[in-house]
Amino acid sequence: MSAAIRVIVVLGFVFLYAPIASLVIYSFNESRLVTVWGGFSTQWYGALLSDPQILGAAWISLKIGVMSASIATLLGTLSALVLVRRGYGRTLLGGLVTAPLVMPEVIIGLSLLLLFVAMEGLLGWPAGRGIATITIAHATFGTAFAAVVIQARMISLDRTQEEAAADLGARPWRVFLDVTLPGLAPALVSAWLLAFTLSLDDVVIASFVAGPGASTLPLVIFSKVRLGVSPEVNALATLLLATVSLGAIAAAWLGSRYRS
Amino acid sequence: MRRLASLPPLLWLGLFFLVPFLVVAKISLSEPAIAQPPYLPLWDWADGVLSVTLDFGNYLFLATDPLYLASYLSSVKIAAISTLLTLALGYPMAYAIARAPAGRRNLLLMLVILPFWTSFLLRVYAWIGLLKANGPINGFLLATGLIDQPIVILQTDWAVYLGIVYTYLPFMILPLYATLSRLERDLLEAAADLGARPAATFLTVTLPLSMPGIVAGSMLVFIPAVGEYVIPALLGGPDTLMIGSVLWNEFFLNRDWPVASAVAIVMIAVLALPIALLRRIQAREEEEA
Repeated sequence: MSAAIRVIVVLGFVFLYAPIASLVIYSFNESRLVTVWGGFSTQWYGALLSDPQILGAAWISLKIGVMSASIATLLGTLSALVLVRRGYGRTLLGGLVTAPLVMPEVIIGLSLLLLFVAMEGLLGWPAGRGIATITIAHATFGTAFAAVVIQARMISLDRTQEEAAADLGARPWRVFLDVTLPGLAPALVSAWLLAFTLSLDDVVIASFVAGPGASTLPLVIFSKVRLGVSPEVNALATLLLATVSLGAIAAAWLGSRYRS
Repeated sequence: MRRLASLPPLLWLGLFFLVPFLVVAKISLSEPAIAQPPYLPLWDWADGVLSVTLDFGNYLFLATDPLYLASYLSSVKIAAISTLLTLALGYPMAYAIARAPAGRRNLLLMLVILPFWTSFLLRVYAWIGLLKANGPINGFLLATGLIDQPIVILQTDWAVYLGIVYTYLPFMILPLYATLSRLERDLLEAAADLGARPAATFLTVTLPLSMPGIVAGSMLVFIPAVGEYVIPALLGGPDTLMIGSVLWNEFFLNRDWPVASAVAIVMIAVLALPIALLRRIQAREEEEA
């Protein structure tokens, strides 16, 4: 491979990781100015962990993330099943699963809010907006991402095992629960984690469908960040990065054990 | 059982993804009002007579106020430039990963995907610190003597291009990698045997065969970039004109729901062609799989 391509690849990875590294480094910076180094300090972690607004928002985000990721994994599995195994309504579902992946977030957010307002006027539900409406919104785009992840795994699944189970007299439901589902397990975990991460990261859609009293973590971060850089946000970023990296390492380790 | 499996996702996505667009279309034709919610009903049932009032005024307003046309054009321009820059960086990376030894390939792919798992908001935020006048990038350039005054990138369109390239790079690399790794080595060897130089082989064999990946990756970057809100809000300046921000302001600052809806409907119309293109490529891939 030519040297020029090597240089581009190395620069590309530096480009991807340098900003993330800078967040971690500056989280240990004594100075409030963030980008001017003023000595090593862990004070921003202390400030972060005693900030009730951030802790409250983190708890709300966690609840929404778990609920929406679970719904998304369930619906994503069913969608993948329909799309890969050529089920009923495949063409329509294929479009409905692809569109949320690319649709600008402002459009998804606005359209869901207007739906919720219209539903409230017609049916009286949802009464106001809050955790429930954010969960529904996140489960909707989470389903699209989960479907893509599970679909990829389902395509590569060896169908002879399912056929063997069926030949030995297992009913379709038993085949699905005892053979198909365990085969899909790694993809189900990835899909859940991806939907959870996306839920924990969403600002735009949540801004539209959140109500008073349901401020998620990204909403709080965004309002802080718009006022400029903040060392507490750097500390929060470092904690989130550590969690994600541990999760990714655990997933890779589980994956390698699963294969062997 | 097969029919049963289709029902929940179809109902959910139908209700929470498809129906909302009809509601937006309906409200875009309503008259704004100072009320709760802030628009007048489209139809009215009084004394057994159904009266429907369609108000195209919101669309007329979009067409006559130059701000909107300028915002759409500027969004498409910013998204197109960013997409080309992402392609220029993503193609060599995808190419190198596809050609890497099998053992290293998975590691490199994981390194591409991993940033996608960390917060998008925080990764965009990181650039504010890096690009500031007294930030590390300007500090480095000043120290090496390459520049003698801090360069201003933050709050310009350049920072927005950078933010889009940075956050959407994995979306470009993954489909490119998928097509490049499937490329038959025999074809490249045949071209070389027939006397083609590496550059000619690339232009006549590799590039045309990786076209589906190029189009898919470009659409995955271009479509969401057109409506991007967070990146221009954090990295762009007061002159950065993007339609996502216009929609946001109509909704949150002016509380004009009908005009915000009309902005959304026109945005969907602008994006319909790229979305159809993407869907066609994906459908073809599904057929092959």
